[in-house]
Parts: sequence; C-alpha cells; structure tokens
Amino acid sequence: MSHHIVETINLHYTYPDGTKGLNGLSFRISHGESVAIVGENGAGKSTLLLHLNGCLSASEGSIKIGDHLLNKKNLAAVRRSVGMVFQNPDDQLFMPTVFDDVAFGPLNLGLEKPDVERLVRQALQTAGVEHLASRPPYKLSQGEKRSVSIATVLAMSPDILVMDEPTSSLDPRSRRRLIELLKTFQHTKIIATHDLDLALDVCERTIVLHQGRVTADGKTKNILFNEGLLFSSSLEKPLSMQHCPVCAAKKDS
Amino acid sequence: MNNIGRNSFDIGYLDTLAAGDSPLHRLDPRAKVITTLAFIVAVVSFDKYALEAMAPFFIYPVVLISVGGLPAGYLFRKALFILPLAVLIGIFNPLIDRQILVQIGPIGISGGWISFLSIICRFILTVTAAFILVSLTGFNAVCSSLLKFGVPKPFVIQLLFFYRYLFVLTDETERMARARSLRAFNSAAMDFKTFTSLVGNLLLRTLDRAERIYRAMRCRGFDGDIRIIGSIKTSWRDIVFTSGWVLVFVFFRYSNIPLRLGTLVTGFLK
Repeated sequence: MSHHIVETINLHYTYPDGTKGLNGLSFRISHGESVAIVGENGAGKSTLLLHLNGCLSASEGSIKIGDHLLNKKNLAAVRRSVGMVFQNPDDQLFMPTVFDDVAFGPLNLGLEKPDVERLVRQALQTAGVEHLASRPPYKLSQGEKRSVSIATVLAMSPDILVMDEPTSSLDPRSRRRLIELLKTFQHTKIIATHDLDLALDVCERTIVLHQGRVTADGKTKNILFNEGLLFSSSLEKPLSMQHCPVCAAKKDS
Repeated sequence: MNNIGRNSFDIGYLDTLAAGDSPLHRLDPRAKVITTLAFIVAVVSFDKYALEAMAPFFIYPVVLISVGGLPAGYLFRKALFILPLAVLIGIFNPLIDRQILVQIGPIGISGGWISFLSIICRFILTVTAAFILVSLTGFNAVCSSLLKFGVPKPFVIQLLFFYRYLFVLTDETERMARARSLRAFNSAAMDFKTFTSLVGNLLLRTLDRAERIYRAMRCRGFDGDIRIIGSIKTSWRDIVFTSGWVLVFVFFRYSNIPLRLGTLVTGFLK
C-alpha cells in the first residue's frame, strides 16, 4: 500500500506578509509510521501540516502522497486520504449536531445514506463519543470536542492522519485517553506537538523543525535524550524522562 | 456586568430545535419554504395602514409553534433582538404623517402611528415565520431546498456562509468585549479610538477564523454543493400542508376578517 507514503522535497513557503514559513524542508514518511513533528513556536509545524493536504501550496518544492505529486488535479483524492485534525476543534466543528458534523465528510464524498450512517456510527464509536451524537458541538467540553473532531476525520476513512497539537488544552485524563486512542490507530500518523510525552508514547520517530528546516530526524528516544538539540530548538526533555522532583529533593537533603 | 455573553444571539439553538421530531419537522423542507414565502408575501403585500386585517395571520406562527413543540418564548425573544431594525425604519412615520385617521374618544391617532405599528406587526410576523422555518427545518435543509428551486448556487452559498459566520462573528465579539471590559473595570465608556481598533481587530480576527473554518470544510470535501442526510421526498402531507396554508393566507388576505366580525357584532347589537 504505497498510498500511505508522504514525502516532501525541498519545500519552501513564504507568507504573504513576508514571514518565512518553510525553508527547504525534506523528509519521507512511509506506510504505518507514526511521526512527531516538534519544534519551537513558529518553527513551521502548522505551516507544514497545511501543505500536506493542499491547504497551502509551496512556493518551491513538491509533495508526494503515495506515488503521486500533490497538484490541483488530485487534490480531492489527496484530501480524502490525508485526514487533518485542526488545532482548534471550534474551527473544525461547524454543523448543528455532532452527527451532522461527522456526516459532513462522507456526504461530500457522495456516499449513500445507509453508508453514511454506518460510517458516522463507526467513527463516533472509535472515538468513544457515540453518546454525543445528537448534541450541538459548541456545547461540548474541550476534550469531547477534540474527540468529535477526530471522529469527523475518521469517518472519511483516511490512510494518513495529520494532527496539529492534539493534546493542547486537554485535562490530564482526556489527554491520556486521547493518547491511548491514538495508539490503537493503524494509520500513518503525523502529529505536530509540544507535548513531548505524547511523542514518546505514540511516535517511534520524531522530526525536529527549526526555522522552517529539519534539524533532526530519527528515533524519538534518541532525539529526546539529546539535550543539546532540545535546547537549541527551545524544547525540554519530556517530563517522564526528567528526574522525579520528590526523589531529587530527598537526595539533596 | 458584561452581559454580552448572555445576550448574544444564540441563534444556533434554532438548528438544535430542527433536530426535533414532530409531524412538521418531518415535512419536505421545500413545502415549508414555499409556505413561509407565501406567508411573507401575503403579510408584506398589505396596504401601509393595514393593521387589524393582519391579526388573523398570527394564527400561522401560533399553530406551527404549538404543533412543532417549539419554545415560543425563545423565538419571541430572538425576534425582539432584531426589533430595533424595524423601529429604525418606522420611527419617523409618526412625525411625517400626522393626518388623523382614527378617533378613539378624545384621542386622535395619526396615520403615521398606524403605519409605524403596521411595520412592527409585519416585522414580528415575518421574522417569527422565518425563525420557525429554520427551527423546523434546519438551515442546511432550507439552503438545499432553495438550490432545488433553482436559486443560483453562488447566492445560496453566500447565505449558508453568512449564517455560519454569524456565529464566528458573535463569538469573537463576545471574547473581545469581555477582554476589554475586564481591563476597563467597567468605569470608562468605550472611547472612539478603542472602538475603532476593536472593530478593525474584530474584522481581521473574524476573517482569519472564517478562513480556518472554510479550510476545514474544504478538507472534508466541501465543493459548494450542500448535502443533507435526510432524503427529500414529497408526499401528500406536504401538498396538503402547503396548499392548505396558502388557501388560508389568500382568504385572510382578501377578506378582512376582523372588520367582518366587527360589522357582524355591531350589526347584531343594533
């Protein structure tokens, strides 16, 4: 299934106001990989993600999804195979009820009513929010909204899941639940995050971005142990790899 | 107190109501759209001094609200929310048109006041009818049936986005007003400079957010067509509903029932 491969080749992007977003970015992610994209604020993470399904188009360089170069012709197909979960669930949920919202994608794919209903139920079930089906999305808690926005994407049966800061503004338990959920997905996953513990738990590979460029790409454990690299990218060791403050205090005394 | 959060439009609740299940909810959206249009045309087509002749038309919202199980108080409050617009349109009538039309004892009521009240009356009727339509049908279904009637797609899409972004706009306004009031300590009234920068900022933020929502829609395959899950099928119920109401409207429009009733009663008294 070569369909799940994502490759970027020397991507450059400059925002209309002159800010450089991407500055010659290349990597290749193969089928079934789970990759964390980390880097300081403004490193180009979100900009990169918006390129992966053609929301932004690079001023230079190209993107390959599967065997095909991403272009206007195959945009619809690419958007189907690359499911994007946005950073702010309020941007993603715009229909009157959760059910309608999850059905929005499948309906646009032109599926028949029974299929749409089946897919919606399945997606809601996988995301663990079946009981919210008839609720209006804007009345949900942040954690519920996040799960619903993941369901909206799952309902389109994507091959590749792209997520922007999936654990931001979640309470610890919702965050843990989300991490467990992500672990169960077989998709190729690309997750931009500041939550390095999430990266450690879910992603075997990590790509570090700095000023629109890849500064490191390798096994998550190796990267997150490299303190010099983390420091130069405005990052810190994940909490789970830092010393326990209680034990440290005991040792000092 | 900063009330803007509580007072905000909360028009999204209309769509929540549309998820209800009553005989009226189950009707073909197109039947409801035609009926509402006929209602609005009938109400608007009255003479500018018509007031009592419009009274029977209140039956329509009353019947729909009770059969559809809609919250009358909520709909009425939402209509009041836009009422200032109608007041603005009619407020100068009493000043311009001072000819006395009705004499009640010693008090003479000028044509201006009557036409002003007539505007308010029409306004309440038409706006309530539109709100009822959305809360029985859902905005997407309304738009989808407009498309089926052959209304040009760009127009319908504009309407759909206008509605979608209304929430975005009220949301952002709410947040900004709250942020301002927390730092203004509710003492100083907003000066002009703050106001202009607030409005400018609001526009930019709303545009940004609107773009993000549009992007999310595109990502899930939105291509300008509106698709809804319920299949639209016309049954005899829809035909009976629409033709029944249209006949009622025509009857109400061309026979001044309150006047007839009045003459009947006064004739009887004589």
